Amino acid sequence: MAAVQVIRSEWTKIRSVASTVWTLSLAVVVTVALGMLISALTNSQYENMPVRERLSFDPTVTSFAGMTLGQLAMIVFGVLVVSNEYSTGMIRVSLAAVPRRGTFLCGKVAVATALALAVGMVTAFAAFFLGQAMLGSHRTALGDPGVLRAVIGGGLYMTLIAVFSMGVAVMLRSPMLSLGILMPFFFLVSNILGNVEATKKVGRYLPDQAGRRIMQVLPRAGDDTPYGPWGGLGIMVLWVVAVLLVGYALLRKRDA
Amino acid sequence: MIELEGLTKRYGDKVAVDRLTFTVRPGVVTGFLGPNGAGKSTTMRMILGLDHPTAGDVRIDGTHYARLRDPLTYIGALLDAKAVHGGRSAYHHLLCLAQSNGIPGSRVAEVLETVGLTSVARKKTKGFSYGMGQRLGIAAALLGNPRIVMFDEPVNGLDPEGIHWIRNLMKSLAAQGRTVFVSSHLMSEMALTADHLVVIGQGRLLADTSMADFIRTNARSYVRIRSPQRERLLDVLHQAGITVVEAGGEALEVEGGKAEQIGELAARHGLVLHELSPRQASLEEAFMQLTAEAVEYHAHAGPAAVAHGWGAGGKEA
Repeated sequence: MAAVQVIRSEWTKIRSVASTVWTLSLAVVVTVALGMLISALTNSQYENMPVRERLSFDPTVTSFAGMTLGQLAMIVFGVLVVSNEYSTGMIRVSLAAVPRRGTFLCGKVAVATALALAVGMVTAFAAFFLGQAMLGSHRTALGDPGVLRAVIGGGLYMTLIAVFSMGVAVMLRSPMLSLGILMPFFFLVSNILGNVEATKKVGRYLPDQAGRRIMQVLPRAGDDTPYGPWGGLGIMVLWVVAVLLVGYALLRKRDA
Repeated sequence: MIELEGLTKRYGDKVAVDRLTFTVRPGVVTGFLGPNGAGKSTTMRMILGLDHPTAGDVRIDGTHYARLRDPLTYIGALLDAKAVHGGRSAYHHLLCLAQSNGIPGSRVAEVLETVGLTSVARKKTKGFSYGMGQRLGIAAALLGNPRIVMFDEPVNGLDPEGIHWIRNLMKSLAAQGRTVFVSSHLMSEMALTADHLVVIGQGRLLADTSMADFIRTNARSYVRIRSPQRERLLDVLHQAGITVVEAGGEALEVEGGKAEQIGELAARHGLVLHELSPRQASLEEAFMQLTAEAVEYHAHAGPAAVAHGWGAGGKEA
């Protein structure tokens, strides 16, 4: 089967370059370590926190605090998996071997997504358990209502961020351009848009803002978000599907 | 067999490939010749389905490239030796290509052996010299044991030993009955390897002929003569019914003449000759004449542009 061949080929490609290993391990290490650090700090400062914050304190979200930075490594992974082909010129060799561009793109994205999912889940569970350990008496347990959903959601969020980046890289081809847009957007711009009163209503439909909703176990005070955890993830999935479709249309149309 | 029919590629107003129609046949080395920027690489990319033709059609053994099942087993190509991920080893580069076309992994070791890269198979390709990269590209082309191979400027940047190796490889592939299609901007290189010649200039087909025919029709032979008694010699030759052309300096040229005949004539009349040499216009000259139109186009930008167009190292985009 052609699809199986392409998947085997893409798996060889992805495991034979160093960037895969360092981007993904960075994603795990940064997310988990930063989450542990912030959880430990929160634990020691808990008594000094205002009552309002203590009431809406969400231990699960706290242990995922490292994800803001860790997702950047996922973005780099997603971008490099695709744009490596273009920056090296390998794309011509690859498309000569697999001329059906849909098959090529599906194979590549499927393999990279599966790997990102595995790493994303490991990251989410590790960040949760180690973060909770740091939270001491303020911790929550996986069995508490909504917690397991939030942790699995965290893994899915990391995966979808990587896939979104793949789609953008297919569209833009250049690694520098893709990273130059994605990194500041997800690290700064989206957060600003999502928190400033004037843009909040639009900002919360951005892929990361919507997707992050699934990691919340307790609603924030005064939260009027019009979608739930899975609804938010659904919005993020729609974004991912949209960039992949645009990327595919461009890949089909363009000369390699 | 590769069949092009009216193949055309336009970028905006610029026509890169202009209604090319020719067939590349098995069993011989077909040279694809043209100055840099003539459209050779664009044509090759269209053959591989990488670039979409504006008009016309190209088929591999009667089928469109995109419809080939496991295309590497039909046609292997080397377009750009640098088009590999520098962080990947030669072995993994070839392995991922083999897997994508259902070629057994054992073929990887075989082709690495063929091109002489076995000892560096596990090394990252960014440490490779240009020649090693070229060999890796050829290994990739041979991976699927294809009936058709296509190389774009394969001798560019190779050392003499590498050039020799590639020429022999192409000849032996053709001798096995395979279709070998190889591009070059150097006539001298084609003269040594190709049996058949397709010449293009500015994207248009200028010649589609056997190498032997090309040489016969295009290689002008003449005799060059120099003599201190130039005027008397002219008279003597004229009386003998031999047409003489005055070349630069004091030299004379006799088109298609026999050196022996002229020498004997001069001796009979007691004339001193300083030079009597049979010459043959180089194929390079013939090629340049053929593509003169394409060169004229360059010449508008001044002589430097012409020199650039015929430069040895460059490769068209």
